[in-house]
Amino acid sequence: MYRRSGTGYTGIPAWIYAIAAAGALFVLLPLMAMVARVNWSQFIPLVTSESSRTALGLSLRTSAASTAACIVLGVPLALILARSPFPGQRLLRAFVLLPLVLPPVVGGIALLYTFGRQGLLGKSLELAGIQIAFSTSAVVLAQTYVALPFLVVSLEGALRTAGNKYEAVAATLGARPGTVLRRVTIPLVLPGLVSGAVLSFARSLGEFGATLTFAGSLQGVTRTLPLEIYLQRETDADAAVALSLLLVAVAVAVVGLSYRRPRLGVAPEGAVR
Amino acid sequence: MRIASKHVTAVLVAGVLAAGLAGCGAGTSGAGSTSSAGASGTPRLSGAITVFAAASLKSTFAKLASDFEATNPGTKITLNFAGSSDLVTQITQGAPADVFASADTRNMAKLADAKLIDGAPANFATNVLEIAVPPSNPASISSFADLAKPGVKVVVCAPQVPCGAATETVEKAAGTTLAPVSEESSVTDVLGKVTSGEADAGLVYVTDVKTAGDKVKGIPFAESDQAVNTYPIATVGTSKNKELAQAFIAAVTGSEGKKVLSDAGFGTP
Amino acid sequence: MTFQLDATLAARRFAVSLSLGPTETIAILGPNGAGKSTLLSIISGLLRPDAGKATIGEKVLFDLDADKNIWRAPHTRGTALLAQEALLFPHLSALDNVAFGPRSAGASSAAARDTAMHWLTEVDADSLASRRPGQLSGGQAQRVAVARALAADPDLLLLDEPMAALDIHAAPLLRRLLKRVLAGRRAIIITHDILDALMLADRVIVLEDGRITEQGPTREVLEKPCSRFAAGLAGLNLVAGTVSDAGVTTAQGMVVAGQRDGTIEPGQDGVAVFPPSAVSVFLTEEHGSPRNSFQVIITDLEPHGDQIRVRAGRLSADITPAASADLGLTPGMSVYFVIKAAAIAIYPA
Repeated sequence: MYRRSGTGYTGIPAWIYAIAAAGALFVLLPLMAMVARVNWSQFIPLVTSESSRTALGLSLRTSAASTAACIVLGVPLALILARSPFPGQRLLRAFVLLPLVLPPVVGGIALLYTFGRQGLLGKSLELAGIQIAFSTSAVVLAQTYVALPFLVVSLEGALRTAGNKYEAVAATLGARPGTVLRRVTIPLVLPGLVSGAVLSFARSLGEFGATLTFAGSLQGVTRTLPLEIYLQRETDADAAVALSLLLVAVAVAVVGLSYRRPRLGVAPEGAVR
Repeated sequence: MRIASKHVTAVLVAGVLAAGLAGCGAGTSGAGSTSSAGASGTPRLSGAITVFAAASLKSTFAKLASDFEATNPGTKITLNFAGSSDLVTQITQGAPADVFASADTRNMAKLADAKLIDGAPANFATNVLEIAVPPSNPASISSFADLAKPGVKVVVCAPQVPCGAATETVEKAAGTTLAPVSEESSVTDVLGKVTSGEADAGLVYVTDVKTAGDKVKGIPFAESDQAVNTYPIATVGTSKNKELAQAFIAAVTGSEGKKVLSDAGFGTP
Repeated sequence: MTFQLDATLAARRFAVSLSLGPTETIAILGPNGAGKSTLLSIISGLLRPDAGKATIGEKVLFDLDADKNIWRAPHTRGTALLAQEALLFPHLSALDNVAFGPRSAGASSAAARDTAMHWLTEVDADSLASRRPGQLSGGQAQRVAVARALAADPDLLLLDEPMAALDIHAAPLLRRLLKRVLAGRRAIIITHDILDALMLADRVIVLEDGRITEQGPTREVLEKPCSRFAAGLAGLNLVAGTVSDAGVTTAQGMVVAGQRDGTIEPGQDGVAVFPPSAVSVFLTEEHGSPRNSFQVIITDLEPHGDQIRVRAGRLSADITPAASADLGLTPGMSVYFVIKAAAIAIYPA
């Protein structure tokens, strides 16, 4: 794989740089405007207040749980979508990806009618003694619902790029399908899986609409950092801005540290790296 | 964000894009000033104003505005409903408002502190809390004390928002401490949890119960008069058509306004 | 322990039957798209034919008779596949790649590594054990891939053009290695290179358009090819037709005189085979028996060793560069190909 040396020919027209700069500015400027509004003298007390710490802790815990749920549900989905053609596959893919384009509040309403007390499954769950409404599980459900497509899309792409040549060879060497998945497929698409998981985590961290609609808002139970920000905004703009900055910092740290640019899951045979 | 007017949305987007640039709030609200007195001697009103009103005033103000336009041909009232604190933020950021009607005195005070209102605000309505339960009343709620019974899922407003502050006051007055399953940031969200059947009961305003129709059942309780919420209205200082703004405020605080408001469940201050 | 295969796949117009002894290696020759890779995919279980049966001794790989419908999964077939690309698992070291088969068969980590080391040594790649595939050259990677396939202890080794992706220096090395390790093993090797067939295979099968068009011991097929493809591989001219007293008469009426095989009778289908080196090129028609003279249009001129190969449709002649220059040969020219009848072998098709 080529690493750009910086001296090579890029083939990009000069005016593209101008528009790209405008695009970057469009994303950065609001963040900078927010940073400019931070009340720095109050910043530390604001972000370390009990409610802030509780909200951040809850956000990190629920996002980790939803990421795990996304991996458990998303890896099989991506495998089936990428590798095993079946009737209705396109339709299934469209539905799995739906939460990407759906307003989160719609997702929240849909979850409400599924897992809510009066919902499709909620009634049976309540009879079984499982109450999801207003619980931390509801937050995890809402986050998983909106974050799952990120993992599936990312992993399906990696699986398609990698192809199944290695799997075929592994099978002829005597590896049963479970072994092939564990020792060949997953290691080959690991970069795609990791970036998918990171995106899912980041999406879970930012989830607001579905949580608000479906899970409610109670400190330490369902009030994640975005909900806390939304609430603080009502009374204390400084606190809202400080917490927003905290959320941005956490998201940047997570994404920046572990998300690598998408690349082929496998280096071409014989390529010198 | 709940912004009714496209105009305001456009201005806010422009505001984000041109962050730091001043003068984007001039708008069109002041276009066409009051014409001079007619032959009868009463001033003829004309032009357009934008009224920023608390979300709970949606149905009443929609009616009042259309009545006003009908009795004063040539006038145009544009309405923008949102949470009171959202509206205050929008106005201080330069959104083109001529009249501000708040759901509480606290948010009106914020605007007054920012020297953005003209004269003293007028209190035009009051509102009290009521218990909202699903029509079947699954937890058999009949009093405020019932809300504290174990196993009852109660949803309230968070203390940071006006209805939540009122809830805290009522709790103190009644000597009952609630253990809500959720503290929402708006009345709409509380009501949503009750209408969907997720919660057994919610604490919202009398007027919200009335607006929700038969989707919820309202249960009044005595302690509610300990937290009477007062609605003030005022002309925004930057208004370009204060004459029309004051005429609209007069209509809201006048007899026709009182009737529309009391029909919707509001009390008189 | 004979390997028996009988398979048809209508979608690819594929219908092949073959059998293979326990220590036999066959080479599959044939033009692109003839169904060579389809054959390996069917044997290894990566592709399901419409009908047929395959067995290795008592073990049934598949039996698609309506009442049986047996289909053994690829990992239980014991048919290791070595492809054009080495396809070493990029996240594993060379040693762990080779240990993959034994591990999958249930060997302990240590035992699998011992086996792997043995096979790496066998292919002279023990010094590469700790390298990642990304750090290996094409030839080294393919050697490790051979070790990996052998370490799986397959009943049948399938090689799909293992030399095709290697450069001209690496290919002979691997060919010598394969000759060593394939001795005494059952293997099927797909190749485009006649040298592979000669060095590695006991028998060749020519596959054209999904069918076997020719098969037999390698030397025999190369010396007396019956299909144009095999003749082309052997570098021989081949003219097919009906045997007559004069020689072989083609469908177009061209008569090729030559030395008839003792067993062949007039009226039978036969082929006339002769090497390009036996063909002379003249600008005008030459007479005098026993000679064949055919008017042809030159289609191509290309270097062939230290000779010039003159191609005219399906026939070719090898002449010296000097002769070519003297005659002033260019593509499109009309010339005469002249061959002594004594240089032409005629035998049954």
